[in-house]
Amino acid sequence: MIINHPLLGPRDSAEFVYMGDASLIERPDPEAENAADQFHDYAYLRDNPAGELRELWFHEGGDRSWLVVTRDTRTHEISKVELARDVARSKGRSL
Amino acid sequence: MRYSGIKVIKEALTGHKGWKPAWREPDPKPHYDIVIIGGGGHGLATAHYLAKVYKQKNIAVIEKGWIGGGNVGRNTTIIRSNYLLDGNEPFYEFSLKLWEGLEQDLNYNAMVSQRGIMNLIHSDAQRDAFVRRGNAMILNGADAEYLDEAQIRAEYPFLKFDDQRFPIKGGLAQRRGGTVRHDAVAWGYARSADNHGVDIIQNCEVTGFKIENGVCKGIETSRGFIGAGKVGCAVAGNSGRLMGMAGMRLPIESHVLQAFVSEGLKPVLPGVITFGAGHFYVSQSDKGGLVFGGDLDGYNSYAQRGNLPVVEDVCEGGMAIMPMIGRARLLRMWGGIMDMSMDGSPYIDKTHIEGLYFNGGWCYGGFKATPASGYTFAHLLANDAPHETATAYRLDRFKTGHMIDEKGQGNQPNLH
Ligand SMILES: Cc1cc2nc3c(=O)[nH]c(=O)nc-3n(C[C@H](O)[C@H](O)[C@H](O)COP(=O)(O)OP(=O)(O)OC[C@H]3O[C@@H](n4cnc5c(N)ncnc54)[C@H](O)[C@@H]3O)c2cc1C
Repeated sequence: MIINHPLLGPRDSAEFVYMGDASLIERPDPEAENAADQFHDYAYLRDNPAGELRELWFHEGGDRSWLVVTRDTRTHEISKVELARDVARSKGRSL
Repeated sequence: MRYSGIKVIKEALTGHKGWKPAWREPDPKPHYDIVIIGGGGHGLATAHYLAKVYKQKNIAVIEKGWIGGGNVGRNTTIIRSNYLLDGNEPFYEFSLKLWEGLEQDLNYNAMVSQRGIMNLIHSDAQRDAFVRRGNAMILNGADAEYLDEAQIRAEYPFLKFDDQRFPIKGGLAQRRGGTVRHDAVAWGYARSADNHGVDIIQNCEVTGFKIENGVCKGIETSRGFIGAGKVGCAVAGNSGRLMGMAGMRLPIESHVLQAFVSEGLKPVLPGVITFGAGHFYVSQSDKGGLVFGGDLDGYNSYAQRGNLPVVEDVCEGGMAIMPMIGRARLLRMWGGIMDMSMDGSPYIDKTHIEGLYFNGGWCYGGFKATPASGYTFAHLLANDAPHETATAYRLDRFKTGHMIDEKGQGNQPNLH
């Protein structure tokens, strides 16, 4: 698989470490009433779709940035690559 | 008798036109007491033990393709019970004992071959860890044997003992481990279940559940609605997809694992070998091919094929311990979809929906578990209580803090 890195261009996926579903960006509020339940679901449950999935890849063998890659789990086709930082910022989660 | 020497000779002389199918092809009935979804090893074994051991009646197995077309027909056929943790070891040892009596139980030649498995050791720390594991196995009634380098040299002289980075220092052997003919496991369980009156319904995809007031009443399929008293799901890599239809999110990710087989060779490899410094395992099939595999590709996938970096990695692992493998040509390679769980251990449990039961999370080690998985899932379906060897496989164990993490990797499914 080739991942089209937004800053570095096309890179071999073997340069990356895979982290899984990009919903991990959305860490629950630790002050919430049901924080324990929310953290359980956040840490352990997955949608695991057959089809389009947004997922986190870490460019360990490169510029060490985190990417959000949108990929079809049935064909491995990649339709979109974003910097995870930009995704997190757009959700108001990062400075 | 269905098969006999005389029958073989008679059929040989008459063009093999008189053999009968080994199981029926019934149409689905409108209602069953118990419906099992998934005609893989686990689903078929569940049906067999439900009918034979737990004396249940009116059972169906629903399979979207043909039985044995999933992981049960795609794995590298290794069986063993060399686990460390209490939640796992009694279960896998129970499974190994069932393998030992399987052919008599099914009256079917599944080619169970206890040729032994050897986990190689490459460092002092690894020796300590493996000796500890061996002791845990012995405490649970399994067999384990520590071998030093000289003993392994005597059995496997062709291994690369003096590799610069990963010299072979010893090994942990389980002599009762080995391999089993994977297709025959599916067929043997299917024939026995069918003989006990179980309807095996192929080419019938489950597309939804009928759930009313928290109770599961049946399943929607490509061949219409089928009512059910209880529904047991055993669809391995498709668990997330199927349970999603019941509105459930699981502690599972689906990943692809590849396997490889070389051209047929004369007997060269007596048992199963695993590399301790990388991920590589190899055995030789009775047809002569070297059957081997390694790591997951590492990303979520429902495509039953992998990518080239893992092919390279697996072949490097092979060359690192067994350089002669480089002389063999690769004949075939394929992939299967693994239900990777959050701690590397499986689930056999009721769900929060009454009448709906779940079996999955087998990662890449579910073939060896087939008999015990079927037995204990049948126990759960028949008695509504877990079998004594499967009490730890709860779906809520991450909430209660009782995860069974053999490798200590945490909630990162691609690392288990
Ligand atoms: C390459 C590879 C190597 C492996 N090596 C080993 C090994 O050496 N040792 C070991 O112990 N394990 C190994 N495994 C793991 C083992 O094969 C699996 O854990 C085990 O086979 C899973 O259980 P099963 O046989 O019931 O799965 P499957 O055979 O996959 O059965 C599940 C069935 O459910 C059906 N299904 C799915 N969705 C639906 C639906 N909606 N409706 C109806 N039916 C449906 C599928 O068609 C399939 O037939 C390996 C796996 C792979 C892929």
